[in-house]
Amino acid sequence: MNPTSDVVAQLSGAVKRYGQLTALDGVDLVLHRGELLAVLGPNGAGKSTSISLLLGLIRPDGGRAELFGLDPQQIDARRRIGVMLQSAVLPPSLRVGELLRLVASYYPNPRPLDESAHLAGIADLLKRPYGKLSGGQMRRVQFALALCGRPELVFLDEPTVGMDIDARQKLWAAMRALVAEGCSVVLTTHYLEEAEALAQRVVVMAKGRVLSEGSVDALRAQVPLTRIRCVTDLDAAKVAAWPQVSSVEREGARLLVSTDAAENVLRRLLDADLALRELEVQRAGLAEAFMELTREERGIEQEAA
Amino acid sequence: MNAVSIATSTPNVLGTWSMPFRRVLGAYLAEARSECLRYARSPGFMLPILMLPTVFYLLFGIVMAKTEGADASRYLLVSYGVFGVMSPGLFGFGVSLALERDGGLLTYKRALPMPPGAYLLGKMVMAMMAAAVVIVLLLAMGVGLAHVALAPAQALLLLLTGVLGVLPFCAMGMLVGTFIKGQGAPGALNLIYLPMSFLSGLWVPINMLPKVLQQVAPIWPSYHLHELGLVAVGLGYGNVLEHAGILLGFAAVFFGIAARRLRRYG
Repeated sequence: MNPTSDVVAQLSGAVKRYGQLTALDGVDLVLHRGELLAVLGPNGAGKSTSISLLLGLIRPDGGRAELFGLDPQQIDARRRIGVMLQSAVLPPSLRVGELLRLVASYYPNPRPLDESAHLAGIADLLKRPYGKLSGGQMRRVQFALALCGRPELVFLDEPTVGMDIDARQKLWAAMRALVAEGCSVVLTTHYLEEAEALAQRVVVMAKGRVLSEGSVDALRAQVPLTRIRCVTDLDAAKVAAWPQVSSVEREGARLLVSTDAAENVLRRLLDADLALRELEVQRAGLAEAFMELTREERGIEQEAA
Repeated sequence: MNAVSIATSTPNVLGTWSMPFRRVLGAYLAEARSECLRYARSPGFMLPILMLPTVFYLLFGIVMAKTEGADASRYLLVSYGVFGVMSPGLFGFGVSLALERDGGLLTYKRALPMPPGAYLLGKMVMAMMAAAVVIVLLLAMGVGLAHVALAPAQALLLLLTGVLGVLPFCAMGMLVGTFIKGQGAPGALNLIYLPMSFLSGLWVPINMLPKVLQQVAPIWPSYHLHELGLVAVGLGYGNVLEHAGILLGFAAVFFGIAARRLRRYG
C-alpha cells in the first residue's frame, strides 16, 4: 500500500465493540494535510472512540486506523502528533514550564519553550504550579503541550470547555495560526459555532456511524431552509398552507416561517400584509443542520445542541 | 493490520520524525526528573515515607535499645531500613499508578510519543532516590545517635541494598496499582505493607515470633531483603546469592503480571 502523502490520518471501516455495545460501526474518516476537521455528534456518537483509535490507545475490532500511513501504536507515528485530551489530571505540583519541557522532550524537533508558551498565551504562567491554575488556564496549558512538539497533526478533544469567551477567542486564533503553519487539526466539540468558525470540513457522527461529511457550507445546504421572521396579523395556519412553506410558528406578534424558497414566500407575504414590519430573513445555520441530521439519532438526549 | 512498516525508515516530507539517541535519552531523563520533582514536592507522599521509619528507629532502635547495646541498634537499623525502603516502592508505584489510571494521566502519556518504559523507569528512579534518602537518614541516626560502629563499606553496602531492594516492592506496588483504580489504593497497600512488615520480622525480631510465623517468613520478599541487609552490616551469614535471587524472582514475576495487565486493560 502506498498512502498518498496528502492523507495524514485515516480510519477505514473501523469497528469497535465494547461487549454488547457497538461504539463504532464501520467508520471511514480521512484527514488531509493542513485542514481543520471538526467532528460533531451527540454524546455516545463515537467521537472519542474514533480519536482513541487514531491515537493508538485502543485497537479496532475491524477495519484499520492509520497515522501517516503507520500503525498509530508505532512511536514514530505519534512523534508527529500533538494531543489535548478532554480529561487528564496532570501532576499538580509541577510548574507549567516543567510540564512543557517534559512533553517537549518526547519529540525529535520541538518548538522552543517560549514559542509554545507564546502561541498558547501562557507566557505569564510558566513559573506557576499547574495545580494552582484556573480551569481555563489549565486548558490553555494543555493546548501548549499539544503544540510544543511542532506536530504535523493535533488532536483537540473539546478544547474550549470551561473557557470564557475571551479565552475561547484566543484559542481559536491559536488554532488558526497552527493551520496556517500547515498543521492539520482534528477538533471534537459541542459548540457548533466553534466548528462553523474554524472548520474547513465537518463530520457529523451518531450511534457509531458517520452521518454526513463535507464543508460547512455543504452541510448547511443539506438543510436548505431559510427562516423568515416578521410582525404580522396573518393567520399562521393559512400561511402554512402556502406552497413551499415547510412550517410556521407564532411567537406573540411575530410569525416564524421556514421555507426552501424564501424569495417566493417573501413576495407573497409582503403582498398579503401591507402592514408587515420588522422583517428578518436568515439562512439556516450549522446548528439547524446538525439538529436536522441527528433528529432521529438523538432520541431524548438534547444536550448536544 | 500492519501491512505498512517499510515507511518507518523513509523520511517524510518535513523529514523530522526519527529521533536521535541523545534526545531519546533526554526524554528518559526528563521523565525521571519530573517524577522525582513532583514527589519531592508532595509532603503527603514524602512525610510518611521519611517519618515512619525514622521515628520508629529513634524510639525502638535508639532510645529503648540503649540497655541492649550497640548490636540491637545495629540490627534494628537494618529492620527499619527495610521497613522504610518498602514504602516508596509500594506506595510510589501503587498509589500513583492507581491514581493516574483513574485521572487519565496514563492514557494521556500513552497517546504522547513518550519512549517505551519511560513512565515506569521514571517512577523506579523516584522510588530508588526516596529509598536512598531513607537509608541515609537512618544511617546518620544510627552512627550519630546510637553510635553504631559501621565501616564505610558496610554503610555503602546497606545503602546499595536499600536502593536496589526497593525494586521488588516497586513491582509489587505496580501489580496492586493495576488491580485498583483511584483512591482505594493506599488502604489496600497498607493492608499488605503493615502485616508483611510484621510477619517478616521487621518490628519484632524474627526469632521472637511464633514458630509457625518463623517458618513461613521466607514467603515474604521483605524477609529476604532483611537478611541481605544484615549481611551488609556484618550481622548475618545468610546466602547472599540465594536471597538476592529470590528477590529478583519476586520482582520479575510481579512485574511480568503487572505489565501484562497494563497492556491489556490500560
